[in-house]
Amino acid sequence: MEFLRDTWHLFLRLIRATMRMPVFVIISIVQPVLWVLLFGQLFKSVTTIPGFGASSYVQFLAPGISIMTALFGAAYSGMGLLADIDRGVLDRLLATPVSRGALIAGRILHAAVQVVVQAAIILLVAVILGARPHGGLPGVLAVFLSASLLGSAFAGFSNALALIARRQELVIAAMNFVVLPSTFLSSMIMSRNLMPGWIRGVSRFNPVNWAVTAARDGFEGRAPSEMLLCLALLAAFALVCGFLATRSFGRYRKAM
Amino acid sequence: MDAIEVEDLRKTYAGGVEALRGVSFAVRSGEVFALLGPNGAGKSTTVRILATLSAPTAGRARVASFDVVSQPREVRRRIGYVAQASGVDVTATGRENLTLQGQLFRLSGAGLRGRVDELLDLFQLAPAADRPALTYSGGMRRRLDVAMGLIHRPEVLFLDEPTTGLDPESRSVMWKEVRRLAQGGLTLLLTTHYLEEADQLAQRLAIVDGGRIVAAGTPDELKGKLRGDVVSVELADRGRTAAAEAVLRGHDEVAGVMVDGTRLYAQVGHGARAVPALLGALEKAGLDVAQVSLSRPSLDDVYLTATGHAYHEEGEPAAAVAPRSGR
Repeated sequence: MEFLRDTWHLFLRLIRATMRMPVFVIISIVQPVLWVLLFGQLFKSVTTIPGFGASSYVQFLAPGISIMTALFGAAYSGMGLLADIDRGVLDRLLATPVSRGALIAGRILHAAVQVVVQAAIILLVAVILGARPHGGLPGVLAVFLSASLLGSAFAGFSNALALIARRQELVIAAMNFVVLPSTFLSSMIMSRNLMPGWIRGVSRFNPVNWAVTAARDGFEGRAPSEMLLCLALLAAFALVCGFLATRSFGRYRKAM
Repeated sequence: MDAIEVEDLRKTYAGGVEALRGVSFAVRSGEVFALLGPNGAGKSTTVRILATLSAPTAGRARVASFDVVSQPREVRRRIGYVAQASGVDVTATGRENLTLQGQLFRLSGAGLRGRVDELLDLFQLAPAADRPALTYSGGMRRRLDVAMGLIHRPEVLFLDEPTTGLDPESRSVMWKEVRRLAQGGLTLLLTTHYLEEADQLAQRLAIVDGGRIVAAGTPDELKGKLRGDVVSVELADRGRTAAAEAVLRGHDEVAGVMVDGTRLYAQVGHGARAVPALLGALEKAGLDVAQVSLSRPSLDDVYLTATGHAYHEEGEPAAAVAPRSGR
C-alpha cells in the first residue's frame, strides 16, 4: 500500500516537472513523428526486396518505431535521477521513510507514460500515412504494452546505472553502447526474413527484439502465441531491472 | 535520556580515504548540539550516517533509541534531515515541496494542508508558496529546507551547515529559527564551520578535526579549560618566528604557545601583567614585534589548542568566516 502511494506521489512530482517544460513536451511529441516520416521515406524501397514480406514500409515500421522511441526515451531516465542526486533531492527523499522501490517505480511509471503517449502519436501518424492496425484495439494495446514494458526495463536499468556510477558521462556512454546495437540486433527496421543468420540467432535473446516482435504481431493481428511469450519475457526483464535499481540504493548508501 | 548516541563511528571510503576515525559523542534529548570543524573534518559524514544515508564502516549509532544500521526505518520516521546542499526540488513550488515531503511521511488530507500552511507562515514563505522554488533566494530555499525537515514534527533534527553561503541577514534569521526550535523541545544536531555559530547556538559542542573529536563540552567548559588570557604576537621579521617561539616558551608567565604561520599565541595567567614582560623578553632577544593583542580565550583558542592549528580554511576568502563580536 505504502509502496503504491509513494510511487503515485513521486510519479506526480515528475509529471508536474515535465509539464512545466513545454519545449520538452513539444520535442518529445514531434520527435517520433519525425522518425516515422524520415524512416518511412528513407527505407521506402526496401519493401521491394524479394522476401521482405511487407507491403508498405510504414505498416512495417509503425510498431518498430514505437519501440525505438520507448527505448531512446527510457534509456536516459537515469539522468533525471542524477539531477536529483546533484541537487540533493535524492538524499532528502532517502532520509524519509519513503519506500525505496517507489523511488524507482515512480520514475519507471513516468517513463512508461511518456512511452505510451509517444507510441499513440506514432500509430496515429502511421495510420494517416496509410498503415492499418489489423490487430484492432487489442493489437494497439499490445504495442503500448510492449513499448511500456521495454521502456520500464530500460528506465530501471538506467536508474541502476545512475545510482552505481553517479556520473552523467558514464550513464550516457553505457546507454549509447547498449541502445543502438540492440536496435540493430532486432527486426525493428529490417525484416527478420532478410537478417543474416547470426543476427537472427542473437536477436532471440534481445529484449528489444522481444518488444518489436510482440508489438508487430499485435499490430498485424498475427497468432498471439509468440507475442504472449515475448510479453512475458519483457515483463520478467522489466521486473529484474526494477529490482536491480532498487537494490542499487544499498550500493549508493555504502559509497556515500 | 540521550537522543543520539554515537560510539566509535568509523567510515572509510572506497580508495582508502578515512573520513571518520572513531567518533563518539552523545546528545541529550532536547539539546542543541554542534559539531564544529573545517570542511572535510567529518561533520557531514557523521550526520549522513545518523540520517541513515550513509553506511558506517564500523561503530554504532542510535538515534531516538533506534540503531541507524539495523533499524533505519524507525530512525527515518523520527528525524528531519536538512542537508548541506539544499534538497529543494526547484521545479516544484514551495507548497508542492512541502506537501510531497509530508506525503512521504504518510501525512494526508486536511492535517497535511494545515501543517503546510503553518510552516509556510512560520518560515515567511507564504507569499511565495505557489511560485517554483527556482525563483527563491538562497535564504528562502534554506528556510524551505528547514520547513521540509520539520513537516512531520520530528524528534531529532539534523541541520548540516544551515547558514553556509547565506548573507549575514539570512544567517541571523536562521539563528533565530534555531533558537525558537530549541525552545520547542526538539533535539537539534547542527554542524558548522563558524565558531561564532556554535558558540551562539549550541548548549554543547564537539570539535571535529581529521575524522576525530578533539574536544567536547559546553562552550564555557571548553573556554574554561584555557585559563587566563591569550597574547597574540606578530613579528616584524617573519623569518624569526621560531626564535620568538623559543623565547615565549621559556618565559615564566607563559603556559603554552601555538604558532600559526607568522602569528604566535601565548597562553598566560594574567594578560595585563604578561604583555609588557613578554614584549621586554622579545626585545631583549632582538625580535621586533609588529603587532600585539590580548584577548580572553574564545572558541578559536579552544580550537587552536585542540587541533594545533588556527581556525581558518585554506583557500577560503576571509569574508566566509563569520565576524566575531567583541568579547
